[in-house]
Amino acid sequence: MIGIEIEGVSHGYQPRVGPKVVALENINLSIPPNQFHALLGPSGCGKSTLLFLIGGFQTLQQGRIRTQRGEVRAPGPDRGIVFQNFALFPWKTVIENVRYGLEKKGIRGTEAEQRAKHFIDLVHLTGFERSYPAQLSGGMQQRAAIARTLAIDPDILLMDEPFGALDAQTRRIMQEELLSIWRATQKTVVFVTHDVAEAVFLADEISVMSARPGRISRRVQADFNRSSDKNVHKRADFADMVETVWEMVRSEVDEARGH
Amino acid sequence: MIRTATAYAPLAIVALLWEAASRLGLVSAHVLPSFSAVMAALWELLRGGDLWANGLASLGRSLLGFALALLCGTSLGAGMALVPALRAAVDPIVQIFYPLPKSALIPLVLVWFGIGDASKVFLVFLGCLLPMILSTYNGLRGVDPLLAWSARSLGASRLAVIAEVLFPAALPQLLTGVRTTIAFMFLLMVASELVIASNGLGYLIGELGDQGSYAQMFAVILVVTALGFAADRLFLAFSERVLKWRA
Repeated sequence: MIGIEIEGVSHGYQPRVGPKVVALENINLSIPPNQFHALLGPSGCGKSTLLFLIGGFQTLQQGRIRTQRGEVRAPGPDRGIVFQNFALFPWKTVIENVRYGLEKKGIRGTEAEQRAKHFIDLVHLTGFERSYPAQLSGGMQQRAAIARTLAIDPDILLMDEPFGALDAQTRRIMQEELLSIWRATQKTVVFVTHDVAEAVFLADEISVMSARPGRISRRVQADFNRSSDKNVHKRADFADMVETVWEMVRSEVDEARGH
Repeated sequence: MIRTATAYAPLAIVALLWEAASRLGLVSAHVLPSFSAVMAALWELLRGGDLWANGLASLGRSLLGFALALLCGTSLGAGMALVPALRAAVDPIVQIFYPLPKSALIPLVLVWFGIGDASKVFLVFLGCLLPMILSTYNGLRGVDPLLAWSARSLGASRLAVIAEVLFPAALPQLLTGVRTTIAFMFLLMVASELVIASNGLGYLIGELGDQGSYAQMFAVILVVTALGFAADRLFLAFSERVLKWRA
């Protein structure tokens, strides 16, 4: 059983003006199954690019990415994704959005209805099944998007700053709920964020990335996500680790600026 | 109801000013017949058969041209948005023909298609084709790529993404394009019938003007205006129904 194996992945693009940008340089990363893995770094470090490559949305230029299902070549329902801006189908109601992936799997009728309902309940959107995304708050839209992705039961859950567009209180609640869902479902999660406390709170392991060229500069183990302590955020060891990881990120930012 | 009445009150004021201007002799009845004279002429026209026959002829041919343009325009626009080779081939042609006033082609189309229905159908088709191509093309190109990515990762094939994601997501812009195109349809209908036709509302306007029956002529112009307005409102109501998901 493997989670995600990333070997020698480099990726660049040519902007309209200026020299070629190396977004990722020789990334090697092995993520074990069921791990909650955070990709942390300043903007422009290529963390979203790496996530999109795992998703198969962008074509690999160099290196290889393997999962339990083999080499990644295209998007597939074994790797579900949640975007910062939700990317719900705005012309579909919440339940229609959740049912979409189920129908693609050939699940229809009452079974699809029941499964969709189950995941809508799981993300606490009960009662909003017939609402359109535009009628919901940002937090509720993200709950719907998470339900849509969980419903297809992917092995791997890719999340691109999923709570970045939410207000602080909603973000905190969503983080806690994501953890309890993850504990219950045991999926491999790759979570992109630039929020240090979020990474420390959620992840088993954090890859700190440097910018231009994007590399993984440090790997940090954490275990606060395994704790049932409701007040993890207030603990001294939590604050210490946030501080330590923050120093790593800052040194990367400083280096990128040429200090 | 009251709100609607208030919203259209400026129209009543224009009608009153119009009536007053002719009654007070500010404008000659030859140049601008009074509003009441036009209304009387309209009543006569509505009771006779001429207006109806010409109206049906106009609507029949322009709806045919419009429907053909809708079909070809959305297909071509979609092709351009989805197939780069087709875009490279068609785009320069579209760019050149877009600013060309299609009414300038009326004499040429007369030579090609003669005075029958075909020439008018073709002109309406031409006038409606380009706005349909462009709104379809721009609508599809403007769809958030993350929506397509979402669908792909939920298990949709590339083909399914086009039908189930790109088109529904582009629908608001597509419908806006159709609405603009309806206005072009009326424009080309009247313009082409004024120049080449033996019936139709445009022809009737030209005939009545030539005869000096200005009150009747204005009445027909009002009829065309009312038709255009009704078509636009009906389509708008339809769009709002279809796009009810936009809160």
